[in-house]
This record gives sequence, structure tokens and C-alpha cells, in this order.
Amino acid sequence: MTAHPTADDPKTEAELDLDRKQEEVEQSFAGPGERLEILSPDGTVRPGAEVPLSTEQVRDALRWMMLSRTVDVRAISLQRQGRMGTFSAVRGQEASVVGSSFALDPARDWIVPQYRELPGVVRHGFPLDGYLLYWMGNPAGGRVPDGVKVLPLQIALAAQLPHAVGLGWGLKLQGSDGVVTTYFGDGASSEGDTHEAMNLAGVTRAPVVFFLQNNGWAISTPRTKQTAASNFASRAEGYGFPGVIVDGNDLFAVYTAMQQAVERARRGEGPTLIESQTYRMGAHNTADDPTRYMEPVELSGWDERDPIRRVTSWLRSQDAWDDEAEREMQAGIDRQVDEAIESAEAFAPPNPEQIYTHVYADPPERLRAQQRAALDSH
Amino acid sequence: MATMTMIEAIRSALREEMARDERVVALGQDIGQLGGVFRATDGLLKEFGADRVFDMPLAEAVIAGSALGLAVSGLVPVAEIQFLGFTHQAFHQIAPQIARYRYRSQGRYNAQVTIRTPFGGGVRTPELHSDALEAQFVQAPGLKVVMPSNPYDAKGMLLEAIRDPDPVLFCEPLRGYRLVKGEVPEGDYTVPFGQSRVTREGGDVTLVAWSAAVQLAERSAARLAEEGIEATVLDLRTLVPLDVEGLVSAVEATGRCVVVHEAPLTAGFGAEVVATLQEEAFYSLEAPVARVASPDTPYPIASIEDYYIPSVERVVDAVRRTVSAK
Ligand SMILES: Cc1ncc(C[n+]2csc(CCOP(=O)(O)OP(=O)(O)O)c2C)c(N)n1
Repeated sequence: MTAHPTADDPKTEAELDLDRKQEEVEQSFAGPGERLEILSPDGTVRPGAEVPLSTEQVRDALRWMMLSRTVDVRAISLQRQGRMGTFSAVRGQEASVVGSSFALDPARDWIVPQYRELPGVVRHGFPLDGYLLYWMGNPAGGRVPDGVKVLPLQIALAAQLPHAVGLGWGLKLQGSDGVVTTYFGDGASSEGDTHEAMNLAGVTRAPVVFFLQNNGWAISTPRTKQTAASNFASRAEGYGFPGVIVDGNDLFAVYTAMQQAVERARRGEGPTLIESQTYRMGAHNTADDPTRYMEPVELSGWDERDPIRRVTSWLRSQDAWDDEAEREMQAGIDRQVDEAIESAEAFAPPNPEQIYTHVYADPPERLRAQQRAALDSH
Repeated sequence: MATMTMIEAIRSALREEMARDERVVALGQDIGQLGGVFRATDGLLKEFGADRVFDMPLAEAVIAGSALGLAVSGLVPVAEIQFLGFTHQAFHQIAPQIARYRYRSQGRYNAQVTIRTPFGGGVRTPELHSDALEAQFVQAPGLKVVMPSNPYDAKGMLLEAIRDPDPVLFCEPLRGYRLVKGEVPEGDYTVPFGQSRVTREGGDVTLVAWSAAVQLAERSAARLAEEGIEATVLDLRTLVPLDVEGLVSAVEATGRCVVVHEAPLTAGFGAEVVATLQEEAFYSLEAPVARVASPDTPYPIASIEDYYIPSVERVVDAVRRTVSAK
């Protein structure tokens, strides 16, 4: 937490350092393009801007953001206890993920995720215990329930972008008005698949929203080493569709940009690239050590841009939030997360049979023989 | 029954299946107006329209990757990659994505995708157009690897591939496209995967081959017959699934075996055939199983490729040694 200096309490060197760093980050984020911003870091709405959600919707969004953060804390602790494998937290990116998913209709729209979109895919119908199971290493966690329009988590960076385009294009060919949103990082945007997918989406005018979460880092590689361009959104022009930059820590701005992109796609006008400028607060995942590449001042500085704090400040200003409401909501979330963890841990542990199932619809004899031999020896 | 070339048989399978099942769509580079660089899709654009026959941007990864997405949306894509040598650009979409999709999603999604692609040498193509890479794809569990050698199989196996709920890499011997002719039924028929075929019977040695190497094995067998050596020729037809039983019984019948393929020797699919025989047919072998393959070098430039791909002389030589081994 940063101290707030007063006139007779001059800033320390470290604090000045932090200010400089903050400024640098802000500047490099902004780029030459315009950035959509509605909710200021202090929780006030920018002059002339409109709040796109009802107070009730904002509270609902806040709930998803708080749920996400609670899962992060719990999952990291489970990982430390050896009860979970590697986990990639969302912390810092909650407004980006939740704001974007709020513009989607789970009944007809699809989410094609990377691996850092927990509140989005869970809101869309992916069960929370299933999500945890995936990271606990149980194959059952890979199964998206029937009817839930989410594709499996993707570990090969950007490999899901071509899938999203094919899916959106296929929906369009079959007369559906569904929109496909695919998530990826600033690092993943350097992959060839990103280029190939955006190019095809432009050519086919597939109803796809490319939601790039620019969280400043790809493990230890800073955004500035990912591209020489000052922003990622401007790439869209080269593919023949709009690119927009949005303050990814601003729930209202993310939702607004996303809603416009989804509407555009639904009207048959094709893809949009949204660059959500957010921040990964902390480690890349539980196997990562950010102190090797991030300066402590940078880490603490981003607390001021905490997307959750921003939303609660706004709600307070509307008299729609207080400590009591927060305690109540948090208690409900804690119960929900406890239950999900309990249910995930109570899930039947994987058995050797599962190695062999779902490789082929009808396994070749050779695979059946391997399966028989292996199961006999167990 | 009509006599057709390989390319005609492939085209007729595509046409008939697109007419039968409106979910089937074709995608690839130059497959529309041009009808494909080898004309496998000639006339399809005109017959089925631009909503079913897509000329794709020049980008192999998104051809394969978007085919997966099209499949998830409910369509049945048949993608063409212009040459197997260019599947390197799409390998990460084919092996870890398409092939694993059923597994990753625990059966919720499957990639009913057929990827057609010509390969093989002997036609003086520019560099990288002739590489035989089938063994790389055999290591991608979830994928079927299909290697027809003649027009009858090409049509029946392509129909089988398109209808198969699992993804299929369908490799077409480009040297055989116009050279290899055969009788092909007009209507609908399929050739099931995992069933090898004896194309010639002889009691002295079994030649095991697939795709273009089958004709080479047959020419070699004809030459050997002149010397009094009678060879069985076994066409594996599909590498995944592999017809272990057919392979073993064809080799047990002669006790001797030579495997012939166009891909480089080391870790080529021939090595798999030899290992399988070692495990399953060891006590009926009367000689070590020999392999005739390409050398472990890159596929050379056209003027010297004849020194590279296995020839009748090399096969005959290997057979002579195998047959005389005590
Ligand atoms: C194709 C591929 N290369 C490398 C990796 C290893 N890897 C996992 S996450 C990561 C960084 C990803 O950064 P970014 O795309 O910005 O997403 P973030 O994790 O920051 O959300 C790397 C290099 C991978 N998973 N896939």
C-alpha cells in the first residue's frame, strides 16, 4: 500500500521512483490511439461519460470479480499445500475478463479462452469445480458440460485463435447470430497463429471479437519486447477491421467496448480487435517468481489501479455499497468457493482407464490391446 | 465401372459427398476457381458455390485451425494443404490441436476434419514439394493417417475419411495422380480403415509398402518373378490404424520381408513395421527384415532425386539378399 504524502511530508526517493514508473507505464500504454475510459481510478465517472450498466448489474459484475479474486487466493494456497497443480491467477485483470464476458449472451455466444479467464468462462456456464479440477490435473476438468458454449482452456498460446475464427465463420455460414470471443495475451499476439487468424477473420468477416489482454507481461518479457508498436490495437487496421484500446481496469469501459464489438459482429459487420490494457498483479502463475524481473515498486504501484477497488468506490458513491454489503457478499462467495473446492476434491480421482478414453471415437485395435495390457498390469 | 485416374477418383468422392451431405465444405489454397493445383476440386465451386468451397488465404495453420472451428460449429470440413511438405506450417494445429481435441475435451468436442494433401517424389517438383512426412503424423495420437495407393481405394477411403468422426490426414501420392488408373464404381462405397490388402501373391518374400511405394513394390515383384523369386505385395493402406493382423499373417506366410517406403530410413514408418514383426512374428522369420527407404538426407533438388527415392534396382537387391539369407 502506498502512503499518501502531504506538503510537509515530502515524497521519499522510492515514492518518486514509483511515480515515475507509473507515469512511464501510463504513457507507454496510451500510445497514439485513443483509449476508452469511463471510470477513473478514484471511482468517479469521467465527465461526459455514461455508465453502461445498471447498479444491480454492477453489483453482479463486482460479485464475479470478487469471486475470481477469492479463487485466486485459495488456489494459490492450495497449490502451496500440494492440493493443486500450477495455477494462473486473474488478479488485476478482473475488470477486463468480467466486463467483456458481461457483453456476451451465454445462450448463443461462444468463449474460446486461453487460460486466464476464470470469471468469464464460469459466468458462461463452465462449472467452477470443473475449472479447479482442470488445474488439479484431473482429466474430467477438461470436459465442458453439454450446452455450455465454451471451448476447452488452451495452453498452446494463440492456437485457439484459428479455432475461434473457424467457429464464428461456421456459425455465420449456418445462419446463426452467435458471436465468438477469443481471449489471448500480449505475448500470444506475437504468435503466427494470431496473424493468420485475424487475417482470415477479416477476409471472411467472421463474427469474432479478438480480446487481447495486454497485462504488460508475458512471463518475464515486458510488452515493449513483444512489439515495437506503441499499441496492439492498431494492427487491426491491417486486417481490415476496427481495433480499439480500452482501459482494462475500468469495468465500464471494457463492457462498453465489448458490447459495441459484439453488436457489430451480430449485425454481420465482422470482427473487432479489443486491446484491453490491464495489469497482471503478481506472478505469471504459481511456478513463477516475479521478483526476478519485476521491480517491487512497480508491483505495489498497481494497487492504485485495482479494478475491484474502483468499482466499489463507484458503488459507494451511489450509496449502493458499504462494509456490511461487502462482508455479506464476501461470505457468500467464500461459501461458494469452499463448496467448489470440496466438490473438486471429492471428485473421483483419475483412473488408468482415462488414459485411453476419448483418443478416438472407436479406438484402433492396437490401442485397445495397449489398454488391455496396461489395465491388466494395474 | 469406369476407369479413372487417382485424381478423378478423389474428385468424384468429394463431389458425391458434398452432394450427399450439405454440411461438407472444402477449403484450401487455390481450390475454387482454379480447382486446386492438381485439379482435385475442379468444378466444385461452380457446382456448390462459394459458401461451400473456400479459397483460403495463404496460411496453412489457419486452414487447419479454422477447419477445427468449422467442425465444432457443425460443418464437416475437407481441407487441402497444397503439399505435405507445407504441413510443417500447420503441424502445431494438426498434431496438438486437431488430433487431441476429443481427448482434451473428454469427448465433448471432436474434430471431424479431413486434411487432404499430396506428397512424394519422382515428379521433379521444386524443393520441399516431395517430402514424405507420414511418420511425423503417426506420432499424433487421435489422428488417422491414410495412404491410398490406387483410385479404387482413394475414392472409398476418402468417403470413409470424411464420414469418420475422427480427424484424418489423407495423403495422396502425387506421382500417381494421373499415372495410376483403375476401375472405380460410380456410386457410394467406402473402404474401411485398418485393413491391408494383398495386391500380389508369392511364396518367397513379402514386400510391405503403402501409397506410391506400392507400385514400386509391384514393379519390383514383376522383375523378381523373372528371376524366379515370387513376392507377395502387401499394401498397408492406413498407417493409423495399422492392420497388425494382416501384416503379421502376410509375413508369416513367406517368412521373409522387405519394407519399402519413400520417407528417410531412420524412424520412418518402416521401423515401426519391423518392430511390430519382431514382436509378433519373430519365430516365423527366416531372415532379418530389410528396409528400402530414402537416405537420411533432405529431399534433394530435382536433377538428383532419382538417386534418392527407392528404385526397382534397390528393392530387387534387398529382396535377393533377404531371400538368400540363411
Ligand atoms: C506456444 C507456446 N509457447 C510458449 C508457451 C509457454 N508460456 C506459457 S504462458 C507464456 C506467456 C504468455 O504471455 P501472454 O500471452 O501475454 O499471456 P499472460 O500469461 O500474460 O496472460 C509462455 C511463454 C506456451 N504455453 N505456448
